[in-house]
Amino acid sequence: MIRVEKLSKRYADTTVVDEVSFAVERGSIAVIVGTSGSGKSTLLRMINRLVEPSAGRVLIDGHDTRSEPAHLLRRRIGYVIQGNGLFPHRTVAENIATVPRLLGWDARRTAARVAELLTLFGLDPGTYANALPQQLSGGQQQRVGVARALAAEPLVLLMDEPFGALDPIIRAKAQEDLLAIQRRFGMTVLLVTHDMDEAFRLGSRVAVMSGGKLLQYDRPAALLTHPADGFVARMTGLAERALRLLSLITAGEAAAPGVSDGPAVAATATLREVLSELVWSGADSARVVGADGTPRGRLTLAAILARGTP
Amino acid sequence: MPRAATLLRLAALALLLAFLLWPQSFAPLFTPLTQYGAPPIYDQGNLLSLALAQLGTVCLAAAASTVVAVGLGILVTRPSGAQFLPLSRTLVNVGQTFPPVAVLAVAVPLVGFGEKPTLIALFAYGLLPIFENTLVGLKTCPPAVLEAASGMGMSARQRLLSVELPLAMPLILEGVRLSLVINVGTATIGSTVAAKGLGEVIIAGLLSSNTAFILQGGLVTGLMAILLYDGMAALERRLLRQVALD
Repeated sequence: MIRVEKLSKRYADTTVVDEVSFAVERGSIAVIVGTSGSGKSTLLRMINRLVEPSAGRVLIDGHDTRSEPAHLLRRRIGYVIQGNGLFPHRTVAENIATVPRLLGWDARRTAARVAELLTLFGLDPGTYANALPQQLSGGQQQRVGVARALAAEPLVLLMDEPFGALDPIIRAKAQEDLLAIQRRFGMTVLLVTHDMDEAFRLGSRVAVMSGGKLLQYDRPAALLTHPADGFVARMTGLAERALRLLSLITAGEAAAPGVSDGPAVAATATLREVLSELVWSGADSARVVGADGTPRGRLTLAAILARGTP
Repeated sequence: MPRAATLLRLAALALLLAFLLWPQSFAPLFTPLTQYGAPPIYDQGNLLSLALAQLGTVCLAAAASTVVAVGLGILVTRPSGAQFLPLSRTLVNVGQTFPPVAVLAVAVPLVGFGEKPTLIALFAYGLLPIFENTLVGLKTCPPAVLEAASGMGMSARQRLLSVELPLAMPLILEGVRLSLVINVGTATIGSTVAAKGLGEVIIAGLLSSNTAFILQGGLVTGLMAILLYDGMAALERRLLRQVALD
């Protein structure tokens, strides 16, 4: 669990982060969104002390982050940045092994972990372990960046616009991968982005920042239905709020008992996707099926629309 | 590397070695340059040992320049040493602009004749290219890479040794190469203060109006500089095959 208490950063006479407090539950994903200059990256960088706070404190699992030297703290916290920052003079395997080496893991344990992560991220160790980063595609480099951050099994992962440089298709895949990896390892993730769709897709809690202040920290649905102020409402997209709300609910959650002769939709699809499917096919209800093809009930157009209002 | 270029270099090396080992066999070539039956090949010392002495002096000076220039470059790119950048630049620039002959003149009363004043002059003259290249190399490390290195938990020292210096290495080595090549030629002036070197041959030629001597000293020095340049370049490529920068 990450607890941020009245954290501030001031440079001379400008305040970049202004008394921000919030907490991220252990094993969940929280996303900080804001426009550029909102202080979101500075806030993130104060958690692993790449930026030293001017006031306030950060507790990770109850321990004040100032209780040990910054570089030792950082070895226990995964860190992913936009553009990866992979070491160009080191192979993929050496890049991933960075933190285990700093921590003094023995060679066999490090090699096993590197191979495990490469496989997990869909990179064949035989092909990629000895490649140099610039021989990889952008998407592959990004995955190596995440693998490197996870190498020493950190309990906390900080990500600063990790998918910002990826094209939309690869970005969607990277987001899916992150959700799967988070479920597998159960680490606490704090991610910074300016992309609201990304925030809603990944975050179980979303923090909206502007001018160094934390305006609202809430569940995505609550940000839409009860925005703290006009800025939060504009950030979350007034024109799209109904559809965004629908995108937070899966067909499986909303399905009601009954049968339908409409199109089949996966239980994992969002109501937004189901609505799109119904509009497209002209049907007024859909058949919800599980991953194994078993019927899971039905969704009517009216039922979907009813979920899109506060 | 193109085949022809490699062959040319090997031929140059063979020519240089042949001349240094068996200078007398080249006598017929140089005889037309002499007058009144003067010796066509330098006969007041062993050409090979003179060439090696000069090479040794140059390498020793370059090693000292490298240690000092790279050290200074590292110092002034650290946050704590940034204030020394203007001072270091001035010092290094003075080293380059102060004529090596003048350095000799100043150094001789202090350290006496021989090898030492030459070493001092070459050391000062060789600092600039290494220092400037080290600076550029360290300052142009990609910011995201440095941020990642710190974010992974490297200490400042670990970051310097395992990220910054390896990334700056191609430029640093290029600086060392420039410094070496400049100084192979400059080193001949050491002979004016009794340092062993090919300058002896050139000076002997000047004193006795023997064009053959002057040419021998000059040609051997020039060939050494070219081969040293190419040799260093090849060594860099070998060393840096891993450090493929985009």
